[in-house]
Amino acid sequence: MNETMDPEWFERQAVGLLDDLLGAAMRLAKNRHDAEDLVAEAVTKAWGSRASLKEAERFRPWIFRILTNCFLTDCRKRAVRPAAEVSVDAVADDQEGGFSLFEELHQPFLLWWGTPEQEFLNKLLREDLERAVDSLPESFRAVVVLADLEGLAYAEIAKSLGVPVGTVRSRLARARAQLQKALWIHAQDAGLTKPVDTYQEATHEASEDDRV
Amino acid sequence: MKPVKTIGCNEALTHLLEYLDQELKGAKNQEVKHHIDLCRSCFSRAEFEQRLKDRLREAGHGTAGQEFEKRIKTLLKRF
Repeated sequence: MNETMDPEWFERQAVGLLDDLLGAAMRLAKNRHDAEDLVAEAVTKAWGSRASLKEAERFRPWIFRILTNCFLTDCRKRAVRPAAEVSVDAVADDQEGGFSLFEELHQPFLLWWGTPEQEFLNKLLREDLERAVDSLPESFRAVVVLADLEGLAYAEIAKSLGVPVGTVRSRLARARAQLQKALWIHAQDAGLTKPVDTYQEATHEASEDDRV
Repeated sequence: MKPVKTIGCNEALTHLLEYLDQELKGAKNQEVKHHIDLCRSCFSRAEFEQRLKDRLREAGHGTAGQEFEKRIKTLLKRF
């Protein structure tokens, strides 16, 4: 018997990937309750179609593909605004094209002070990243989850989403630009982009004293 | 061995994310790597993008917990 058909083998693989599956599902569904249901649905579907898994070592990309499909199918069923999601590849590139956090943060003439972009990453919390991913439209979120959060190859992502590899490449570039923009906007709101130095604190205190 | 073609920052940056995703093959991969090795600004950019990728990767790891694991195991037992 093929090992992929062995129930014990299947359980070991699925349970071994549960943290990753739930991590991906949390970002897709955006809440724990729906994420758990999504993983349960994906595991059920995966079990039902385990005969389609030809090579045992492909289990990881295979089950992530099923997870993504369950998510996107559920989305379509619930879709009240399908047009907005379908047109994601048709949006003009200049809307979010080319946005780069690095370009916003990097200051070559400040090299001897340290690097603001690295400091920015140090200050960034996991929840900041999660919120930025959550702010993306569904098809951008799916591509970022598969590529960046789960590290799948473009070919695997293309299969998962049912699109050509070229579409994965361009969608991913635009999704990442939008993600970086979301991080940038959030960082500005949270004051992460302004390193508090003693000079600023000193002048701030002085101006408060002046008001008294 | 053929010498690696020298490319400019614009071309290197166009392919940077694909390079970091390990999706570039052959000569193009060599060209981008060569450029990053030599260009300080693109090196910093590559380092930044890689660290951001690493941080996102961490965010992809959830905590299933015992209760959820039990739910999945129970589910699988029923099949």
